[in-house]
Amino acid sequence: MVEEEGFRRYVAHIILWIGIAIVAFPVYLAFIASTQDNAVIANGQMSLLPGGHFFETYYQTIFVGTSGSTREPVGNMMLNSLVMALLIAVGKIAISIISAYAIVYFRFPFRMPIFWLIFITLMLPVEVRIYPTYKIVADLHMLDSYAGLSLPLIASATATLLFRQFFMTVPDELLEASRIDGAGPFRFFWDTLLPLSRTNMAALFVILFILGWNQYLWPLLITTRDDMQTIQVGIRKMITTTDALTEWPIVMATAVLAMLPPVFVVVVMQKLFVRGLVETEK
Amino acid sequence: MANVTLRNVRKTYPGGFEAIKGVDVDVGDGQFCVLVGPSGCGKSTLLRMVAGLETVTGGEIDIGGRVVNGIEPADRDIAMVFQNYALYPHMSVYNNMAYGLRNRGMAEAEIRTRVDEAARVLELTSMLERKPRQLSGGQRQRVAMGRAIVRQPKVFLFDEPLSNLDAKLRIAMRVEIRKLQRRLNTTSIYVTHDQLEAMTLADILVVMNGGQVEQVGNPLAIYEKPATTFVASFIGAPPMNLMSTRPEEIRSQLAGSAAADAGILGIRPEDFVITDQTPDGGVALPLTVEAIERVGAETFVYGSREQEEQRVAATPGELPPGEIIVRIPGTEAPAIGQKIRVAAVRAKLHLFSADGRTRLEA
Repeated sequence: MVEEEGFRRYVAHIILWIGIAIVAFPVYLAFIASTQDNAVIANGQMSLLPGGHFFETYYQTIFVGTSGSTREPVGNMMLNSLVMALLIAVGKIAISIISAYAIVYFRFPFRMPIFWLIFITLMLPVEVRIYPTYKIVADLHMLDSYAGLSLPLIASATATLLFRQFFMTVPDELLEASRIDGAGPFRFFWDTLLPLSRTNMAALFVILFILGWNQYLWPLLITTRDDMQTIQVGIRKMITTTDALTEWPIVMATAVLAMLPPVFVVVVMQKLFVRGLVETEK
Repeated sequence: MANVTLRNVRKTYPGGFEAIKGVDVDVGDGQFCVLVGPSGCGKSTLLRMVAGLETVTGGEIDIGGRVVNGIEPADRDIAMVFQNYALYPHMSVYNNMAYGLRNRGMAEAEIRTRVDEAARVLELTSMLERKPRQLSGGQRQRVAMGRAIVRQPKVFLFDEPLSNLDAKLRIAMRVEIRKLQRRLNTTSIYVTHDQLEAMTLADILVVMNGGQVEQVGNPLAIYEKPATTFVASFIGAPPMNLMSTRPEEIRSQLAGSAAADAGILGIRPEDFVITDQTPDGGVALPLTVEAIERVGAETFVYGSREQEEQRVAATPGELPPGEIIVRIPGTEAPAIGQKIRVAAVRAKLHLFSADGRTRLEA
């Protein structure tokens, strides 16, 4: 029995290692390619060990960009992506928590219809309403701007629903105790509801930051100026070159760089997550 | 220091459901008023109306000579202790108590004095920096009390504050609450479904049922002279034995008094004596012993009457028809299956009209 269990464990581990290899190998390959000479990659003779062009390639990627048609430093693209992702994450959390607060704690005319309107937007993601959304953003002169990049993506119901569900689990007595303690609606929100929502906000931030960082279609439509390009759009533009050889080391370096911020956010926020889960409040 | 007066208070929900059907209660300054009743009787709703957490749809609520119907909870000069304590989970014990004072713009030094004093009284001084989740149930309960005390309100409102505690702690806290209330001499309204809590705490007991007041008064007076069969069976444990006077067996024993026409006869378990004699003007019943419960100081004898009878009133805690509980001191008890005779003297009989709504004097 013991042997069989040991054997089973080995099988399980082997399967897991294969899984890791499948996920990690392309990432490894991208990193290796980013340290090789472009000619070597073009020849198809790339080694599986790192080449000697690490600093050179990454310096060029971040501060200069490709030498081809789009000469935009990736550092700038990353900044654009970062601003967009942060605006989306922070903006969406801010809007959602306020609207959820209104829907759960206030009785106003057409409360439920308004809730359902918000709910229905779940069925209309940006991809579906892309023409009207583009028209509105264009009419508001927000093309090639951070506002144009982030505002349409901030408007969506998922986070509102999440906060609504959370608020509904907060005992009514907390609100009543606050009322007796002389806290008005604003103070209750600020002093009680926000601190209680901390872990929810952290979780949402991780999800929304990655969602924002990975946006492709919308930034592609809305930005025409090179200096407003996001990194996801930039990578694709680097690959399709008309007049020259694709500079694969730079493309791969960009891909590796594009992976770093989401990984960083997950690693940093995961701690807050776990702490929030261990210290159950309420 | 304040009186609380409820004048024909009503609550009708938008759906048309009438939760409170006209309640008149007068709680004097410094008195401890307990609202007691089965779940759904409206006692919590009534308390929440006094707190201002529920709107009043009819009548007046008067706190300290001021009608507070339209006044916000924070401005009513009341403090409330909730069943689940409703402590702010993210704030320390100190901040939980200080929060309401800060919202009123009190100086931090004064807050510190008041919280320290409350913490000393409630033995929470060593826990001021802890979060509620690091406290036991009893400690949380005391923090909730502390939050009420530091406000120095005119009225304390308690909404079943002890029901989340285990039995021993509940008794200890019950005594604590009573002592504290006596010391602070603050008018209090306390909601509970536990009749023992109600009896021990109250200066004025308000027994409620179905959104109405069944009886108001001193707890012992209510115990001795319950106004309705509902009160008779709700107050007292085990409940009062209620039986129809229709069977010949009982009717004949009551003959010659006004009580002969009464519909329902009630006798408390402790008023029965096992005896072969029938006291003059009293009532004796033959019983077959069905079960015995010995709890040490006293013994409960469950007997069935030979004559089956109709159920007399649908009230909580009522015994099955034909069953009688007799409470006798000590542990000496008849054997199961034995036929015994129990009797109660005239002064211990409670007589009610057939619908159970009116008490008749024997």
